[in-house]
Amino acid sequence: MSNKHSNWFEFVKGIAKENPVFIAALGLCPTLAVTTQTINGLAMGVAVIFVLFFANMFVSLLRKFIPSTVRIPAYIMIIASFVTLVSLFLQAFAPDINRALGIFIPLIVVNCVILGRAEAFASKNTVSKSLVDALGMGIGFTLALTLIGLIRELSGSATITLQFAGLGKIFNFGQPILDDPNIVNVTTLIQNPAVVMIMPPGGFLVMGILLGIFQNSQNRKAEREKKRKQELAKAAKAKANTQS
Amino acid sequence: MEFNQIMIIMISAIFVNNFVLSRFLGLCPYFGVSKKMDSAIGMGFAVTFVLTMAVLVIHPVNLYILTPLGLDKFLQIIVFIFVIASFVQLVEILLKKFSKGLYHALGIYLPLITTNCAILGAAFIVVQENMSYVEGLVFAVSAGLGFTLALIMMAGVREKLEMADIPKAFVDLPISFITAALMSLAMFGFLGIV
Repeated sequence: MSNKHSNWFEFVKGIAKENPVFIAALGLCPTLAVTTQTINGLAMGVAVIFVLFFANMFVSLLRKFIPSTVRIPAYIMIIASFVTLVSLFLQAFAPDINRALGIFIPLIVVNCVILGRAEAFASKNTVSKSLVDALGMGIGFTLALTLIGLIRELSGSATITLQFAGLGKIFNFGQPILDDPNIVNVTTLIQNPAVVMIMPPGGFLVMGILLGIFQNSQNRKAEREKKRKQELAKAAKAKANTQS
Repeated sequence: MEFNQIMIIMISAIFVNNFVLSRFLGLCPYFGVSKKMDSAIGMGFAVTFVLTMAVLVIHPVNLYILTPLGLDKFLQIIVFIFVIASFVQLVEILLKKFSKGLYHALGIYLPLITTNCAILGAAFIVVQENMSYVEGLVFAVSAGLGFTLALIMMAGVREKLEMADIPKAFVDLPISFITAALMSLAMFGFLGIV
């Protein structure tokens, strides 16, 4: 079935229509745990794109050689190798991000988005299709994490942190903080940030509301579709009546 | 080790740093298997069992094989997940052979447990915080119990939510997240106990 779709379709579906976080509700643990700062969500997303890309590539390359009885352990081994690479890279070049993400870097191994794509897509499709799928899904995951991180950080600490390995700035929307070259004071938009938003309850709350918004738009789309089908059926019936 | 140290680890892992509600570990089964009370109980105890056994095996493997050979930086992730996956497989085979009842009760959850981040997460926490063998075991048991507690509470609420009149956009998953937010807020009350 998937052979019929173009590469563009496979790419876009991961971002909106089949977004791994908001529609499929996969990979929830890192989604909520690391999104206390915008940059953490972004970094987690990029790490997942990297692992997903190479895992999909190798699973797809080896799909004719891996016996189906041991396929899950085989996929996990492939994924674990690339997660080790990511983990060592972050330890060496971005220690502060590594500290912020903590155990959720090794836990990319059991991220259901990656294993899910390997099982549901890469094991049945060609290499090029799998790579496009990995990029689309990875970018969808990254966008979701960045969005949640943005909302939580802005409401919880009135800042937007875009700082990676010493580069970039922290944008401050709260009370101006002087004497720090890393902080850019934009405006005083939020006087008293709600600290609970960067605590665990805030994560659940933001995720629940975002899921509600997405479910609402899906419900509406389904209703429109249903209405259109009913109208089409009515029109066909009327046509049949006039002909007879 | 003293008794009060054990109590501190237990209360910290069950209430203060609850695996689901404050560490965000094991969220997929938490929202996936909490629709019915019996499956929530089954999943909770299956996770507790595998969690304890996994820490039981992984701790000495890390301490006596990986660390002396200097491989703990490079092979930790691969070895840990390999131990967990093979252990889950082993448990499934043993249960099938020796205890049909338990197999039917827990069987369907076992394959899901391999990819449950609570298990791998617990293993990494035990290793990273340099816990001793006994501390690690106590931590594993209480982390599993904390997970079970959160799961059972959620299942209880969700069974009632089925009857409630919720806006259509929030039916099922979104309202569960908001419920979890309130539970997590309640767990905040335990902050400062230990």
